Parts: sequence; structure tokens; C-alpha cells
Amino acid sequence: MITHQDSMHILLADDDEDDRTFFSEAIQELKMNNKLTLFKDGNDLMDYLVHPEIKLPHVLFLDLNMPGKTGIDCLKEIRSNTRFKDVSIAIYSTSSSEKDIEDTFIEGANIYIKKPNDFSKLKKVIKEVVNMNWQFHTSGLNIETFFFSI
Amino acid sequence: MKLNFNYDGNIACKAILQDQLEKFDIKYQLLDLGQIEIGDSVSEDVLAELQVGLTKYGIQIIDNPKGQLIQKIKDAIIEIVYEKEKFPNITISQYLSDKLNFRYGYITNVFSEYTFTSIENFIIIQKIERAKKLIIEEKLTLTEISHELNYSSVAYLSTQFKKVTGLTPSMFKRIVGKKRELSNND
Repeated sequence: MITHQDSMHILLADDDEDDRTFFSEAIQELKMNNKLTLFKDGNDLMDYLVHPEIKLPHVLFLDLNMPGKTGIDCLKEIRSNTRFKDVSIAIYSTSSSEKDIEDTFIEGANIYIKKPNDFSKLKKVIKEVVNMNWQFHTSGLNIETFFFSI
Repeated sequence: MKLNFNYDGNIACKAILQDQLEKFDIKYQLLDLGQIEIGDSVSEDVLAELQVGLTKYGIQIIDNPKGQLIQKIKDAIIEIVYEKEKFPNITISQYLSDKLNFRYGYITNVFSEYTFTSIENFIIIQKIERAKKLIIEEKLTLTEISHELNYSSVAYLSTQFKKVTGLTPSMFKRIVGKKRELSNND
């Protein structure tokens, strides 16, 4: 478990440069200490995660539609490796269908975000997600039953 | 073969602490709410080694007063959420204030500053966490679970469940079931 003094380590894989910039800006406005690392697609992310010496993130945001490895490909690959069992995975999607949400959670995602259209909504959503994730990591809640759809 | 477990985190945690403290030959007395009294003769080095031993169990020695207060608030909340008979007849704010000997205004400020959430929200998250466990256990109906968690109605439980998870209780149950099926097939 992490303590309140620790900073939250966040990763984002998204192939859209504007979306990465918006995300970084939203994260900078959070009150808590954090460290954000960006990846331009799924392959880039997975190349990084294979290194055994890296500090594991508390939460990883995955865009669903990326060239090469999609968000779902990454999700499946990460969840098949027990090394990442304590990493929360947040999926970014344009769909809000109940079936897509359910399927993503069954595959091992913890957070499902319907991508908002405007920046102020995005900031609000990211803040809520990071806060909720922080509660799971600092209060010993069960990550296997951690689902948050927003 | 998969086995299902029912466990008490408190008992497990105490047993781990006892094992580790005895390993380092530290004289101790277990107090309530995550506190242990140890002799003054324990050196910094031994404490550092003890922390290393405890880290793999997710246990941290808290060495600042505000951190200790936050842990006490969390423990007090978890106690009343998990033991129905301990749920106070007075307001939660009065209860915490009496129990921890601080003004509620001070307690709530320290809590939000360090945890990035409010005490009210933390209570809701803990209640929903317990509701999840009870739903998975399948021993109680949703109505019974709402009574167990002191909700005035099952509708109110469902509303809070949806607020915290984004899912309905039945959708949650279905997802957990399918997730387990998937991992059993591996």
C-alpha cells in the first residue's frame, strides 16, 4: 500500500497528440503530487512496460483506438502478467454502450471513461478518476472488484 | 481447483505484526486502532528493518502525527461500517469527534488535505466496498445488504452503488461472475 505522502505515478498511451496535451494539462491542475509519463501508442507503451526495473504506475490510461496494438490488446497483455496486478487500468472510449463497458471490465479494466467532448468536462472526469483510484491504493480496497464507469 | 476464502483483515494484520515484532525480539503491547506500544530501547536501525519486513504485507509505520490521525479516522470508519452493532446512534461527526478527542472541523480538514476526499465520501466508498463483498458472497439479498449497511432503503443503496462504481449492483455481480469464469478457464 502507498502512503499519503507518496506521489501518484500515472501513464497515458494515446496516439492523438492533442489528446495527450489536454490530458497533461488536466493532470497538472490536480492538487496531489504526481508523475505523468506519456506514450504515443500501444507498442511504445508495451516496449516500456517489459523492462523489469521500471517503477510500476498506480494507474494507466489507455486509448481504445490506436494503430498497432489497440487499448484492448494492451489490456489483455498486461492482465496476463501478474507483475501488473496492482496497476489500475483506465480505458478511454468513445462508446458508452453497456455491453462495451461490461466487456472491458471482464477483460480486467478497472475504470471506463467515455471520452468527453470538451476540455472542462475532461478535466473533471480525470480528477474524479484519479481521486477514486487514489482511495483504492491508499485504503487497501480490493482492486479485483474495483470498477468505475464514468 | 479454486478455493474461496472468508477472512478478517484485522485479525490477519495483528497476527502479521505479532510475528514480525517477535522476529526482531521487540517487546510490545497491541493497542486498539492500529497502534502498538513498544519499549523505548528499540533502535532506529531495528525499526527500519521492521519496516522492511512489514512492507511486503502492505503495512507502513506512520511517523507523523497527522498521518496517525488519518489512520485512526479510517480505522474508526471501517469499524462502524463492518460491525453493524457498533454503528453509532449519534451523528458520525459527533462520534468521530468524541472518539478521537478533536473538534470535527479539525478532523475533517486534516482528512481532506491528505486523502483528497471528504470523510463523508470515504464512508460511502467503504460502505460500497462492503456491499461488493456481500453481493459476491451471495448469502444476503440486496434488501438485506441495505439493512446491514444501515441504508434507509434498497433504492438508496442502489443509487450510491451506481454513484461510486457507475454500475448497477446486478451488472456488478454479472461482471465479477464472468471475470471469474474467464480466470478459471486459463
